[in-house]
Amino acid sequence: MPAHGSLSLAEHQSLHGPLPRAARGRRRHLGLIAEIEQAGLRGRGGAGFPTARKLAAVAASRGRPIVVVNVAEGEPASRKDETLTRALPHLVLDGGEMAARALGAKELIVGVRDSALASCESLAAAIAERAAFARNEPRAQLVDVPDRYLAGQETALIAHLNGERALPTFTPPLPFQRGVAHRPTFLSNAETFAHIALIARHGANWFRELGTGVQPGSMLVTLSGPVLHPGVYEVEFGTPLAALIESAGGLCAPARALLLGGYGGSWVAAEHLRDLCLSEEQLAPYGASPGAGVIVVLSENACPVAETARLARWLAGESAGQCGPCAYGLEALTASLEEIVEDDAEAPTRRRVEQLLALVNRRGACAHPDGAVRLIKSAIEAFGSEFAEHARHGACTRCDVPSELPLVEGRSAEELRTRRFGPPSAMRP
Amino acid sequence: MSYRLRVDPIACEAHGMCAELLPECISLDEWGYPLLDDEPLEPALVDHARRAAASCPTFALILQRDRQDATHERRTLP
Repeated sequence: MPAHGSLSLAEHQSLHGPLPRAARGRRRHLGLIAEIEQAGLRGRGGAGFPTARKLAAVAASRGRPIVVVNVAEGEPASRKDETLTRALPHLVLDGGEMAARALGAKELIVGVRDSALASCESLAAAIAERAAFARNEPRAQLVDVPDRYLAGQETALIAHLNGERALPTFTPPLPFQRGVAHRPTFLSNAETFAHIALIARHGANWFRELGTGVQPGSMLVTLSGPVLHPGVYEVEFGTPLAALIESAGGLCAPARALLLGGYGGSWVAAEHLRDLCLSEEQLAPYGASPGAGVIVVLSENACPVAETARLARWLAGESAGQCGPCAYGLEALTASLEEIVEDDAEAPTRRRVEQLLALVNRRGACAHPDGAVRLIKSAIEAFGSEFAEHARHGACTRCDVPSELPLVEGRSAEELRTRRFGPPSAMRP
Repeated sequence: MSYRLRVDPIACEAHGMCAELLPECISLDEWGYPLLDDEPLEPALVDHARRAAASCPTFALILQRDRQDATHERRTLP
């Protein structure tokens, strides 16, 4: 992947070869989907749903399908989709076109934030380059996506494309049944489409040369924190995290913990670093998952309780506010964590926090509250000593250290704190 | 034929009619939102459940046939 700029169509084709000719007739969609199934590709947006299964579900649904490439990337600590689409727009567009042709879709939409300037320019230029070729069907359409965390959630993005607010919707119907314009919709992360394009060219066995038996292939990760060379890396599944950090130049400060997956992911204490390997199966015993490829190293200079409270505050602010348990629950959890940080005389007990976590988990229309629960549970598990210190002595010397976590600017803490959770008609714009 | 209750958490506005009409299955959390267990309904309660669903001011309570469909509850992460 070029570090700057992007690969032009000519460069892309000389690197990867031309797109394979689509098979004719009824076997058209069976070919690619079967290849993807054999490859064992899973979605790269965070949920890891088997891609072939999603494609097959769309193929089996009634109505002409539509394909959506999700480049929303609302995860603050993730840069992989932005980097991928900036550098290799043709690979992503190839994947979109291949999926569209396999499904008989005539429309291909690419949803991207207009704040991701380099990606937008790169994609627009690539689409224009491809327009010169008669066989370029369907032509991709760039659509702006709001700069909010949940705008990249599958049903939220579809709602946005349908002219509604970019907020999750209740399911069923699931996108593969009814999505954009009520048509069966194949929506997947930009990186997933890149892998589709590569599998279409090089085959399932090529894809399976990397990774583990259970989780073949590679993924893009965004590594940040006190490492010499933070950034986006392509890593095969099964790679030890310690090896990844080595190849990123190593740590510049002693690490206290790693945040894996995303802001709705999990903290894992650094003492486990030498045992952590990048795959679902290998991270599960530590309560973690590769998720959206976010890997944030937290140094020992930070207060992990304060950082967790900041994350909780941010997650609460990004709630759609549509579901009571999420809107009220994340606010209550955040307030609890902030009281623990400040050692307010009214600081809640651990039992109260656990009660809230149980009340919030899986009670929203989407998985947003579940992510917040996962994050906070993992903090309690990983940072037992710091939580105990706070209970005994209150705020610590590291509480006021500037946050090591990239957090999105734009909404002040006061604005979030005073947000009211009224009935749907009173929701914020 | 077994049935299950489900809440559409977006439509739900915590009016609490469901918990009034079907206390055997539905209680309310501290914010007034319904708590359901994830079990099939006892046959004797199905009619009561149907009435409770019909009484919800926002149609948030749903009585559905029990399906073993794994994709039914799938949600994708944001």
